[in-house]
Amino acid sequence: MHDAPSTAELVEAVKRFIDDTASPQLTGHAAFHARVASNVLATILRELEQRPGAEVEEKARLVALLDADRETTLDALNRDLCARIQAGEMDLSTDGLLDHLKTTTIAQLFVDQPRYSGLALALQSRG
Amino acid sequence: MLSQGKSLARPFFPAIVAKMGSNEQITSALEAWATGKFGSGIKVSGLKRLSGGASQETWAFNVSSGGQEMPMILRRAPGGVEAARSSQAIGLAMEATLLTHAAKAGVPVPPVLGVFEDDPELGQAFVMDRIDGETLGRKILRDDEFAGARDVLARQCGEALAGIHSIPLDTLPDLPVSDGLTQLEKYESIYRAYNLPRPVFELAISWLKANAPAALPVVLVHGDFRLGNLMVSETGLASVLDWELAHIGDPREDIAWLCVNSWRFGHADKRVGGFGELSDLLDAYAAAGGPKLTPRDIDWWEMMGSLKWGIMCMTMYEAFRSGADPSVERAAIGRRVSETEIDLVNLLEGVR
Repeated sequence: MHDAPSTAELVEAVKRFIDDTASPQLTGHAAFHARVASNVLATILRELEQRPGAEVEEKARLVALLDADRETTLDALNRDLCARIQAGEMDLSTDGLLDHLKTTTIAQLFVDQPRYSGLALALQSRG
Repeated sequence: MLSQGKSLARPFFPAIVAKMGSNEQITSALEAWATGKFGSGIKVSGLKRLSGGASQETWAFNVSSGGQEMPMILRRAPGGVEAARSSQAIGLAMEATLLTHAAKAGVPVPPVLGVFEDDPELGQAFVMDRIDGETLGRKILRDDEFAGARDVLARQCGEALAGIHSIPLDTLPDLPVSDGLTQLEKYESIYRAYNLPRPVFELAISWLKANAPAALPVVLVHGDFRLGNLMVSETGLASVLDWELAHIGDPREDIAWLCVNSWRFGHADKRVGGFGELSDLLDAYAAAGGPKLTPRDIDWWEMMGSLKWGIMCMTMYEAFRSGADPSVERAAIGRRVSETEIDLVNLLEGVR
């Protein structure tokens, strides 16, 4: 399959249309939603770039943390992690657990809300 | 005949009822009320719907009497029909009652001027004085005109909360009762029903269950005491608004909710609302008669607050996922849940 224009190029084109053409002609609620839509497209662009690498790393950490099979899907690994925390088998004192969650959540914020103050705080405490 | 038609229409045709109360109808209903209160010769003008939540309508208007303009606010159920924004929301008449009690306790609130239980035009509503001030958190935290206010706001919030928490419960009508573990249970079950497991939430839920502090004597809790619901003027706290989520519970809930990072609007270094130090708030709170608390006493409830807001964001996203509200805004809010996750991670690091 062809990828010219690429997914990112297409999204960028739509975002430019919203920002430069559509938004200036809108008022009130529609203008607000256009701003949200533009932000969503920015999220998608960050996601296209960052999610694949972040998920490879997340999966490697989970396989080690849970001593799980490498073939397990990321979703299944996270469900297993949730179940073990809920069952009390893993908690704040579990080696590497909070560190893994912090790394994963930082990666998520870099996609979702890179300007959120809590992200800056987390990065600061990480040094 | 009109009232009979309305009583039939209300339960069966909410869409029709919601159209009731055009600007003209509301103005004339307010004029009738104001004439009864201030005498003939008054005039109601400038009725304008203010931007605001879906749960309650807020309208601004003026009553002029003998050359004097009195700015007022009408709070009204959407279309005059009570539709609580959550199972916990109290009615408008109750909200008006609480405002009156709060005023007596010295809490800055707008004086209530009139209450409508089931007015033919207004439905369920109340009228209060319109107080000047700013409610937008970002402006309060950023603009120079509020620099002086920011210096005193933490102490003023401590005093206001001590006032709210001092209101004798036996003077109040029946309110929902909700302590920390009950809330945790409620939000956990909401979260589980979505079947979207989030490991950070699991760890927070487990930690909160294992570390719940001993309950304090219950008080009237405002329930949504945070930037956005606090009207601030150049001199500080002008008015405590939006009492819809008031309940009987733990006093630390109100203090902690104001500290949740989601309401610090980027100013994460100031624990109280992005503007103040928690020790200042707690000192003023104790000096005004509240229990003596330390910042550590607030940790459990702040974590509870971040978790609660995270699950509320999931609920707003659920409205999109279920098709109930397909707007891009509801979709986008699903990507704000992770804000509360990083806040929870930071808080969990602090208690480890």
